[in-house]
Amino acid sequence: MNKLKKFLSLFCVTVLLVGLLAGCGGANSSSTSGEEDTVTVLISNDSSRTAIEAVTDYIEEEYGIKTVFETRPGGTEGDNIMKTRLATGDMADIAFYNSGSLLQALNPAQNFVDLSKEPYMDKVLDTFKDTVSDDSGAIYGIPATSVMVGAWFYNKKVYEELGLEVPKTWDELMANNEKIKEAGKTAVIGTYKETWTSQLIVLGDNYNVLAENPSFPEEYTANKAKLATTPAALRSFEKLQEVYDEGYMNDDFLATNYDAGIKMLAEGTGAHYPMLSQVLPLLATNYPDQLNDIGVFPQPGDSLEKNGFTAWMPHAFYLNKKGEKVETAKKWAEAFLSDEGVKRFVEAASLDGPLAVEGVELPDDVPQAVKDMLPYFEEGNTAPALEFLSPLKGPNLEQITTEVGSGGKTAKEGAELYDQDVEKQAKQLGLEGW
Amino acid sequence: MRKKMKSNPYTYFFLLPAAAVYLIFFILPTILSFFFSMTWWTLTDWKFIGLENFKVFLSEPSMNIGFKNTVIYAVVTSGLKVILGLLLGVFLSMRLRSVGFIRSMVFFPALLSTIAVGIAFSTLMHPSQGMINAALSFFGVAGPDWLGDTKIALLSVALVDVWKGVGIATVIFIAGIMSIPQEYHEALSIDGGNAWHRFRNITLPLSRPAMNTVIILSFIGGLRTFDLIWTMTKGGPGFSTDIIASIIYKQYQAGFYGISTAGNVILFIVVAALAFPLYLYLNRKEVDM
Amino acid sequence: MAKMMAPSSMLERKSNAHRTAKQKKSRTAGRLIAEVFAVAVTILLFGIPLYFVFVNAAKDTQESSLLNMSWPSTFQLMENIQLVFAAENGMILRAFFNSAMITIVSIVLLILFGAMAGYVLHRKRTKSTPFINFLILVGLIIPPAVVPTIWVLESIGLFKTMPGIILVEVALHLPFTVMLYRAFMATIPKQLDEAAVIDGCGKLRLFFSIILPLLKPVSATVIVLTAVGVYNDFVNPLYFFPGAENATLQLTLYNFMSLYSTQWNLLFTNILLISLPPLVLFIFFNKRIVAGMTAGSIK
Repeated sequence: MNKLKKFLSLFCVTVLLVGLLAGCGGANSSSTSGEEDTVTVLISNDSSRTAIEAVTDYIEEEYGIKTVFETRPGGTEGDNIMKTRLATGDMADIAFYNSGSLLQALNPAQNFVDLSKEPYMDKVLDTFKDTVSDDSGAIYGIPATSVMVGAWFYNKKVYEELGLEVPKTWDELMANNEKIKEAGKTAVIGTYKETWTSQLIVLGDNYNVLAENPSFPEEYTANKAKLATTPAALRSFEKLQEVYDEGYMNDDFLATNYDAGIKMLAEGTGAHYPMLSQVLPLLATNYPDQLNDIGVFPQPGDSLEKNGFTAWMPHAFYLNKKGEKVETAKKWAEAFLSDEGVKRFVEAASLDGPLAVEGVELPDDVPQAVKDMLPYFEEGNTAPALEFLSPLKGPNLEQITTEVGSGGKTAKEGAELYDQDVEKQAKQLGLEGW
Repeated sequence: MRKKMKSNPYTYFFLLPAAAVYLIFFILPTILSFFFSMTWWTLTDWKFIGLENFKVFLSEPSMNIGFKNTVIYAVVTSGLKVILGLLLGVFLSMRLRSVGFIRSMVFFPALLSTIAVGIAFSTLMHPSQGMINAALSFFGVAGPDWLGDTKIALLSVALVDVWKGVGIATVIFIAGIMSIPQEYHEALSIDGGNAWHRFRNITLPLSRPAMNTVIILSFIGGLRTFDLIWTMTKGGPGFSTDIIASIIYKQYQAGFYGISTAGNVILFIVVAALAFPLYLYLNRKEVDM
Repeated sequence: MAKMMAPSSMLERKSNAHRTAKQKKSRTAGRLIAEVFAVAVTILLFGIPLYFVFVNAAKDTQESSLLNMSWPSTFQLMENIQLVFAAENGMILRAFFNSAMITIVSIVLLILFGAMAGYVLHRKRTKSTPFINFLILVGLIIPPAVVPTIWVLESIGLFKTMPGIILVEVALHLPFTVMLYRAFMATIPKQLDEAAVIDGCGKLRLFFSIILPLLKPVSATVIVLTAVGVYNDFVNPLYFFPGAENATLQLTLYNFMSLYSTQWNLLFTNILLISLPPLVLFIFFNKRIVAGMTAGSIK
C-alpha cells in the first residue's frame, strides 16, 4: 500500500505541475481577445508592411480599430500554415494571402466572407476581382498590395554603354545577350540558390502564350491541353533552356542568392534579371542611388506584333468567416479601401507597380521601372500570369525549372514532368476531367 | 509483502507515466496517420481511396533518387560520426590540457539551431565567394561548387551534418569510456599493456553500449533527416538531393495530405526494414557481453 | 575519471611512475605537438564558422548581404541587438519566456519519466519487452504526424497551450531519452539492486534514492542534449503552439529571414542571441557532466 501511495503522490505532483502550466497557458491566450476594437491580421513576412501599416495606423486613428499583426513565413511553408490553421479553426480575423490558384486551394467559400455586396468593390479592378472570386460570383478579398509584373529588369547604363536597344522579340533579346556576354558582363542574372527565382522565364511568358493561344488556360484546367504538347506553352520552357545552352548566366548561378542578384543588377555587373517587380522596393532600400538606372521590359515573344507584360495580381486580405469579429473586420476592410486609406498607402509605399484600385494617381517619384510599365497598363497590353487564370499550379515547378535552367533536363522533358505534377494537383482539388 | 518484493523489485508502474504520454501524443497520431494515408484528404473532409496514394507517391519522379540518397546520407553521416566520435572520444578521455577547450568547441555546434548552421554553411560553401573555396584557392586548389554540383551536393550537406552532430557522438563515447572502471586500465597497465592494447582490449569492447547508441541514433537520424537538407538545398539543385523525408514534406506543403501521409508510412517501412535488423544485431552483441 | 580533475603534474607522476625520465620527456614533447595540432584543427574547423556568424552580426544590412568574412567597416553589433529586440514589439522577450518554460518543464518530465522507464526496461525482461523496444524504435524512426497530432491535442483541449506543446515535445524526445538511460543502466551492476532489496529497500526507494543518483552522469547528458533539442525545435511549435502570443525563440528567426529578402545582419544577430541560453547551459553543465561522471565511476 505504502508504495502505491508514494507513487500516487508522485503522479499528483506531476499532474499539478502540468495543471499549473495549463493555467498559465490559458491566461496567456485570454489576454489577446479582451478588447472589442482589435482585429488580428495573419500576414507573411515576405512583403513590405510599411504601406499596410501606414493604413492600419490611419484605421486606428479614425475608426478606433487596432490592428495586431501575426507573422507567418511566406512561400510554400506559408501555404501550409494557412491550410493547417484554417482546418483547425485557428485563423486570425483577417488573412493576408495570394490571389489566384493559391486562394482556390484554400476552399474560400467555406472559409472567407463574401464581400461582393460591399460598395467599395465598385472601384476595385475587375481583373483583380476575377482572381479572388469563385463561380458563384462571390468575391472574397480586397487588394493588399500593388499589381506586379514578371519581366526582364535591365541596367540602363549597361545598355547605353553597349549601345543596345530594348528588344521587342526573343531573337533581339538573345542578340543583346550575346553582345553583353562578349563585353565580359553577365547577360542574364541567375539566382537559383533561391529556387523560386528560376521560374520567372516560364511564368513571365504567359502574355506570349495567350497571344498565340487565348483559350489555353481553360483547356489546361479542363485537362484538354498539356504544356508539353501545346507549342506556345512549351516555348516558355524552351526559352529557359536557350538561356542556359548559350551560357548567358553567371557561372555560379546555382549558388547565387536573390540579394546577390539584386546587387549584380544594381552595380551593372549583370545586365538582365528576369524577376518580379517586387525587386524594386529592395533596390530602393539597398541601392537607392542606382534605382533609376534600372528599367524593365516584358519578356518578348517571337513576333513583333504582340508585346506585353505578364502581370501578377496583388495579394489580398480575406476576412475569416469563422472569426469572432467579422463585423469589425468588415469595417476594417472598408476603411482600408477608403479614399484616405488608399492615399496613405500610396504615400508610404515603395511602389512596384500600379494599384488594383481605380482612379489612383501615382506620385511623380515612382521608380523608373514603374514608369516603364505604366504605358502597357494604360494601353491594356498586359495579361495575368497563368496561376491567376487557372487553379492549377504544380508544387514542383521551381525544381523543374531549376533542372531545365541548369541543363539537367530538356525543355520537353521539363514540361512533361510538370504536366505530371499538375495532374496530382488537379486530383487533389477534385477538378472535373482529371 | 516484502518477500514478494524481494523476488522482483522491478515493476511496470515505472513505465506508466512515460507510456501514457508517449501513447497519447505520439503513437495514437501515428496510428491515425495510417488511416489517413488511405484517404483523399483536404483536412476538412476525406474520402477513402485505398492504396492510390501509395501508388502516386512511389511514382514521384524523384523517388529513385530519394531512396538512394536517403541510404547514402544515413550511411555516410553515421559512419563518419561513429569513427570520428570514437577517435575524439578516446582522445578527449586522455589527460591533456586542451581537453576542455577541444571538447567544448567540438560540442558547441550541437547547441546551435539547424537552421542557423545550414544558413552559415550555405554561404561558406559558395563556389566563388565562399570562404571554403577561398581557402582552397590559396593552396592552388580549385574548389567545387559544393551545393550546386549535383554529384557532390548531398555529400556536402552530409559533411555539415557530421560537423554539427559529431559532438553528440563524441559525448556519448566519452560517457561510455569514462564509465569503464579504472581498475581495468590499471590491471592492464601493470601487465605492461601499451596504449593500443588498452584501446583494443578495454576501451573498444567496454564502450560497446555507447557505440551501439551512436550507431543506432545517427543511422536512424540520417534516414529520417530533414531540417538540414531542407535549409541548405531544399532537395535541389532540381531533385538531386531529395530524400524521402523531403519528398514527403513537398507533398505536404502542396496540400496533398493523403499522399504525404502515405509517404510517411513508406518512410517508416523503409527505415524499419533497415534499422530494425541492425538494432537487433547490435543488441544481441550487447547481451553477449 | 577522477584524475581528470586533478593537477596534471600529479597525474603524470602517478601513471608514469615506472617509466624512465627520458621516455617521459620524448612522450611529453610528442604529446605537446599532437595537442597543438589538435587545437589548431579544432579552431579551423569549428571556430571559423562561428566567427563568420559573429562578424556578419556586426555589419549593416548592405555589407552583410555580401556574406564574407571581412571585419565590419562599422561595428554595429549593439545597434543590431537593439533592432532585434525592438522587432515585432519585443517579440523576442515573449519568445524567451515561452521557450524557457517549454524547455525547462519538458526536461524535468523527460528526466523523471525517461529514467523510470529506462531503469525498468533494462532490468525487467518479459514477453512484452520486444514489443516495447519496437515502440521505442518507432518513435526514433518516424517523424511525427502533424495533423493527426493536432487533432488529438484539440480533442483533449490542449491545442495551442503550453502543456500541449510540452507533452508533445516530451513524447517526441522520450524514445531517445529512454534509450540513453537504458544503455547506461547496463553499467550499474544488478547486484547493487539485489543488495539494496536484501537491506529492505522498497521499490520506490530503490529507484529514487539508489538508482537515480547513479544515473546522474547520463542525466546531465540528457539535460544538455534534449534541452538543446527542445529549445532548437523549429517545426513543432510552429504547428502545435501557434499564435502571436505563443512565439518561441526559433520562430523569431522568421522576422529577418524571408523568401524574397533577408536582413542577414539581423538574422545573424538573432542567431547569436538565441544561441546564448544553450551556451550558458553548456558552460554550466560541462563541468557537471565531468563531475557527475567522476562520482559515478568512483562508486
